[in-house]
Amino acid sequence: MESTALKPQFSEAAKAEIERICKQYPNDRRKSAMLPVLHIAQAEFGGWVSPEVQDLVAEVLGIKPIEVYEVSSFYTMFNLKPVGKHVLEICRTGPCMLRGSEELTAQLERITGAKVGGPASEDGLFTLKEVECLAACGFAPIVQVREQYYEQLDTPEAVDAMLAELRNQVHRPALPWEETGLSNALANN
Amino acid sequence: MGRKLLTEHINVEGIEKLDVYRKHGGYRSVEKALKTMTPDEVVEEVKKSGLRGRGGAGFPTGLKWSFLAKPEGVPRYLVCNADESEPGTFKDRELMSKLPHLLIEGMITGSYALGANTSYIYIRGELLYVLRILEKAIAEAYAAGFLGKNILGSGYDLDLFVHPGGGAYICGEETALLESLEGKRGNPRNKPPFPAVQGLYARPTVVNNVESIAAVPVIVNEGGDEYAKIGVGKSTGTKLFSACGHLNKPGIYEIELGLPVEEFIYSDEYCGGIWKGRDLKAVVAGGSSVPILPKELILKTATGEDRLMTYESLSDGGFITGTMLGSGGFIAMDETTNIVRNTWSFSRFYHHESCGQCSPCREGTGWLEKVLHRLVHGHGQMHDIDLLVSVAKQIEGNTICPLGEAAAWPVAAAVRHFRDEFEWHVTHPQEATKPGAVFPGKLVTA
Repeated sequence: MESTALKPQFSEAAKAEIERICKQYPNDRRKSAMLPVLHIAQAEFGGWVSPEVQDLVAEVLGIKPIEVYEVSSFYTMFNLKPVGKHVLEICRTGPCMLRGSEELTAQLERITGAKVGGPASEDGLFTLKEVECLAACGFAPIVQVREQYYEQLDTPEAVDAMLAELRNQVHRPALPWEETGLSNALANN
Repeated sequence: MGRKLLTEHINVEGIEKLDVYRKHGGYRSVEKALKTMTPDEVVEEVKKSGLRGRGGAGFPTGLKWSFLAKPEGVPRYLVCNADESEPGTFKDRELMSKLPHLLIEGMITGSYALGANTSYIYIRGELLYVLRILEKAIAEAYAAGFLGKNILGSGYDLDLFVHPGGGAYICGEETALLESLEGKRGNPRNKPPFPAVQGLYARPTVVNNVESIAAVPVIVNEGGDEYAKIGVGKSTGTKLFSACGHLNKPGIYEIELGLPVEEFIYSDEYCGGIWKGRDLKAVVAGGSSVPILPKELILKTATGEDRLMTYESLSDGGFITGTMLGSGGFIAMDETTNIVRNTWSFSRFYHHESCGQCSPCREGTGWLEKVLHRLVHGHGQMHDIDLLVSVAKQIEGNTICPLGEAAAWPVAAAVRHFRDEFEWHVTHPQEATKPGAVFPGKLVTA
């Protein structure tokens, strides 16, 4: 019985959202909801998907856990290790590089103390992750934090403003489906 | 000043709302198609328009639609490819976030033409905030009777859903996209069967880029022949270009196909020239997959003609002296750009994004990245340069999907046009690897 107490559970708001999403696909194609449900899971459980959370995703979709593992490890948006409160995804591809993404990365490492690809900063606030093209090349260099794009980060002022905004966030911004009910992430924060 | 068929109202206050969008002529194509045209008549107009797939391949959209298999009693699908990930390309994000109803209108009219009763917009996962905008707009369209059962009393039913990806460039390839939509890894499928016969859930499916679908309303409203009057030859209509890199005014520009490249780069109406008063060195004109061209070859063809922004003119000279229009991701590089370093960045991208299914791509992209890495960091040998060309050749044509070519072409073209800069990295490694080092030599062209 102890082990079930540790098992992660989706909030009621998340469960309702998952059921809404599953209805978008044919009845026998519930697996189609894999990526949207993984996004919900990551938002619910602290910005990453542990093996236990992935098992839960398999359970709600009625599929085998391996079917979730092989997908979560293929797509780069899913964090498979614990992360800081904010994951800064820095675009490193050509067009951003032409407009200073390497300098931006060095600057973010210096200010936050975290290293790209490494664990979160000591204060637990920031994880730095380099990603490939975010499709906003005309506004380079760019950082994505959850659903927010921070663009034209080519001045120290712009970078400071982004970090200040993130430091001031007590809770991450609520998602549309959370407005009607309290999700795990917001309740636990 | 060219006509703006898609983006005319993009900066109108509140245009993301259905009532404002309707005030500016929105949803007229749905009324016209559903009330006065048969599905085949809509397909016919799209064929006449000469519209070519705006995602990069440039395949005629109407022709693609006409290939759709229509077996009795089997559902078929229209899937919008909104997995915009080609480096240098950012037009679809702009279209969807500012004009969500334009895409929805195109999806309704297009789905009607194809006889689809369920359609999906597959949007890259990073754009979840745009998915929220689209879902809000879709809810408005349902409430106004443009989606759901018996649309506008026509007897036609359509449900439209938005599906997020999870961060994988390969899902822009249409069969990888369908795998992903089915909840699997984005591994491209062997073809045949093509999606037109066996696509989503093994049912007949058409996959079209956002910008292609967004062009459908204007084609239906004005007629395919009118649309085809814009442009030059087989490059009809308008096209969105995503301008980025070292330009004074990077951004999204809708142009009539046929605009001279020189005007696009230097005119204040468009990119406003190269930043910091510098000279232009090179351009990647159609997204990172297409061959890079040095300044003189992007402005003029090898035979001295003005290079125009059309499918034909940009590819004039083949890969020896030309390039491709691709997705319209227009990346300009100034005279200080280190071409070898930039090529390495693109190779790192393709290595990272290879799905790993075909060994020439999985291993080859790794080799390209590794060899370029050692050149960039001053450890390269002269024979590494030919090794790059050899690896690129061995990837090309030997993979299930075009990611292999997309990885090979930029490397082959960079060596073709900037070989002396690669050699400089071997002969002067200390100089070439200094931060901000600028190649002092002259540019060579084939």
